[in-house]
Amino acid sequence: MTRQMTGAEMVIQALIDQGVDTIFGYPGGAVLPIFDELFQQEEVRHILVRHEQGAGHAAEGYARSTGKVGVALATSGPGATNMVTALTDALLDSIPMVCITGQVPTTLIGTDAFQEADTVGITRPCTKHNWLVRRIEDLPAILHEAFRIATTGRPGPVLVDIPKNIQFQMGTYDNCKDKALTQYHPAVKGSDAAIREAVELMAAAKKPILYTGGGVINSGPKAVALLRDLVKMTGFPITSTLMGLGAYPASGKNWLGMLGMHGTYEANLAMHDCDVMVCIGARFDDRITGRIDAFSPKSKKIHIDIDPSSINKNVVVDLPIVGDVGSVLEDIIAAWNARKPVQDKAAHAAWWKQIDGWRAKKCLAYRPSAEAIMPQYAIERLHALTAGRDTYITTEVGQHQMWAAQYFGFEEPNRFMTSGGLGTMGYGLPAAIGTQLAHPGALVIDIAGDASIQMNIQELSTAVQHNAPVKAFILNNQYMGMVRQWQQLLHGNRLSHSYVDSQPDFVRLAEAYGAVGIRCSKPADLDDAIEEMIRIDRPVLFDCHVVSLANCFPMIPSGKAHNEMLLGTDVSDEEIETAIGAAGKVLV
Amino acid sequence: MMIVAGQSQSAYFLEEELPSTERSHTLSVLVDNEPGVLARVVGLFSGRGYNIESLTVSEIEHSSHMSRITIVTTGRPPVISQIMHQLGRLVPVHKVVNLTWAGDALERELALVKVSGRGEIRDEALRLAQAFNARIVDATLDSYVFEITGAPADIDRFVGLMKDCGLVELARTGLAALARGKAGI
Ligand SMILES: Cc1cc2nc3c(=O)[nH]c(=O)nc-3n(C[C@H](O)[C@H](O)[C@H](O)COP(=O)(O)OP(=O)(O)OC[C@H]3O[C@@H](n4cnc5c(N)ncnc54)[C@H](O)[C@@H]3O)c2cc1C
Ligand SMILES: Cc1ncc(C[n+]2csc(CCOP(=O)(O)OP(=O)(O)O)c2C)c(N)n1
Repeated sequence: MTRQMTGAEMVIQALIDQGVDTIFGYPGGAVLPIFDELFQQEEVRHILVRHEQGAGHAAEGYARSTGKVGVALATSGPGATNMVTALTDALLDSIPMVCITGQVPTTLIGTDAFQEADTVGITRPCTKHNWLVRRIEDLPAILHEAFRIATTGRPGPVLVDIPKNIQFQMGTYDNCKDKALTQYHPAVKGSDAAIREAVELMAAAKKPILYTGGGVINSGPKAVALLRDLVKMTGFPITSTLMGLGAYPASGKNWLGMLGMHGTYEANLAMHDCDVMVCIGARFDDRITGRIDAFSPKSKKIHIDIDPSSINKNVVVDLPIVGDVGSVLEDIIAAWNARKPVQDKAAHAAWWKQIDGWRAKKCLAYRPSAEAIMPQYAIERLHALTAGRDTYITTEVGQHQMWAAQYFGFEEPNRFMTSGGLGTMGYGLPAAIGTQLAHPGALVIDIAGDASIQMNIQELSTAVQHNAPVKAFILNNQYMGMVRQWQQLLHGNRLSHSYVDSQPDFVRLAEAYGAVGIRCSKPADLDDAIEEMIRIDRPVLFDCHVVSLANCFPMIPSGKAHNEMLLGTDVSDEEIETAIGAAGKVLV
Repeated sequence: MMIVAGQSQSAYFLEEELPSTERSHTLSVLVDNEPGVLARVVGLFSGRGYNIESLTVSEIEHSSHMSRITIVTTGRPPVISQIMHQLGRLVPVHKVVNLTWAGDALERELALVKVSGRGEIRDEALRLAQAFNARIVDATLDSYVFEITGAPADIDRFVGLMKDCGLVELARTGLAALARGKAGI
């Protein structure tokens, strides 16, 4: 059914037709017509943030925790440029997001008009696709295509830039939700021949491993269920990237923990020694592979990915399968059941025995302390005291992020929202707000660092305004801990500008914003303080004072192989300082 | 090797045996002729550190708003496949074909070459132009502009010779390329 309406009305109508209930934004001259339409309706809720970057990350948190698309709205010029970090973040982490920006009127484009920026030019490399709408006739189809492109294939952010005169102009709106504007139709189904060959390789494996990633979560609940079936069916050990945590439960018996730079000893050594690696929706990131030429040298590698450009990008694989994780796993399981392979039980038992030997290293052990709170202990307690609750975790970036990944066992997907690819400090608090608004009754905690939390602290005000009772659990070590750790490893422990001087009083800061502040510095008080935080039905800043100089282990130093890990309990300061060779120093 | 938007690529397709040395490749890319599409392609090359040796664009089908971009780039086969897949991911890209892998493609370029001089040099320029099948498109008493069409290497040779015959300036169109035989891309 078509109807006459203005461009601004079309924006709201398209959101409604796409089933969007919440958007995150900030007004300005070039989007006033859209804000006026928002004011006159009740179907779409607008969450007013304090900085456009916050709107972007909130939309990401909303998207990752629901599996739906996140929507952000900003004005032209500075509104759009403030969005760039969040768009780049969503691109690297494959988060579906639609961003709508206002633009100066078409007649002024190119004149350096007030708050004019070349938004499509600036965001071209940080979106999956973007459009500048030049004619009202094109607007409805572009809006709907934006949703289709953001959510299909490898998900990602898209941006629609709408000049102000087009927002005012009348035109014909058509709900073209299911019509494609472009020829973009990514393949979903994997090749049958490749799937049969994968089953052969997996059936004959003596030392197999499943290496899973964010693509499983992108694919959705069906893929997660199938992955769990696959583990049961094959008995294979399983590890995951940071982005894939929760797809397989951390309490599951085949779970080896996260792999990669700060992954577990058992996961990394199993990756190094395996004979068949099945990579499912992960992208052989440099945090995973370490030294490429020493990466899992003896294995046959199968790679399932919906994006053909992910295949053979960093690591050459033996058997690529281009398709959606859910569809491909379904076919693999069916082919396996039809073939009824006889696995080499003895080989598998020996492989598990080897893995148990690595597990016995207890690589996540740390020296406990009765006087000061160890950061690892704080996460363990947070996990224990929130178990059984409907809990969602977001993080900032740094050591606390890695400790969250290592010590908070995730049992379900879409419960861990973190900035993996871009590593954006300041992601966690707005992402927690987006998550909380999608899950009103849930407990949403941003595991934060004292430096990161200050990057988007203004969003505390958003949380207060919109009754989003998020908790920022700050592991306050007074340092940019991750930077300090690298300076110790690489730069002779010269701690250049990594000490966070003149910290605010987080308790009073919380109060100034109308939130609640809690401080804790003794292990003996920690449980009570965490329980108090959980009980409070308002936003909380929890200032958890932890030891200053703890390092995040295990760690594969840059430029080293998986079997050259540093472990926490048995490494001396001297070993830390000489762990990275000259070649590794240039790596990040 | 050909990448078609939306088509499944089987393992065997991606695994094709390819020569392993670095050389130049001619890619033909069919795209929607929409604003910014060239910037997307060029930005992809600069952003990911690939080089462009030659690039031509023009609309080939007005009714369907399609353009053909012909790009010459250099790399080892894995890099070239990665470039092709990265191009294939762009939303307005319909098809990416590697004409070099498809075999012995037709590659032509047009150049306008201005020379000036009198006497012996001028006669020599004219003789060489005839030998290379270049046409005279402008002449004055002390200059010529030649138009030459041919494979880029032939044009390089002609231009090289013109340097000794009073070369003033040169304009080249970049490459137009098609596969031989009856099939289209
Ligand atoms: C300080 C810091 C330290 C880090 N250390 C580690 C570490 O120790 N270990 C670690 O694992 N990470 C670490 N990371 C994160 C790391 O940088 C990468 O973000 C992460 O490893 C990438 O995860 P992924 O491979 O699962 O890919 P993602 O970025 O999640 O990409 C998903 C892949 O799946 C594909 N895909 C998407 N949807 C589908 C679908 N429906 N079907 C099939 N395929 C699909 C995509 O094409 C893509 O190739 C760290 C990050 C930071 C900031
Ligand atoms: C926006 C941004 N700037 C800089 C960095 C580089 N960086 C990575 S971790 C880190 C320190 C984080 O410190 P903090 O938040 O206190 O966490 P900790 O490592 O101490 O747990 C920095 C500066 C980044 N990731 N993001």
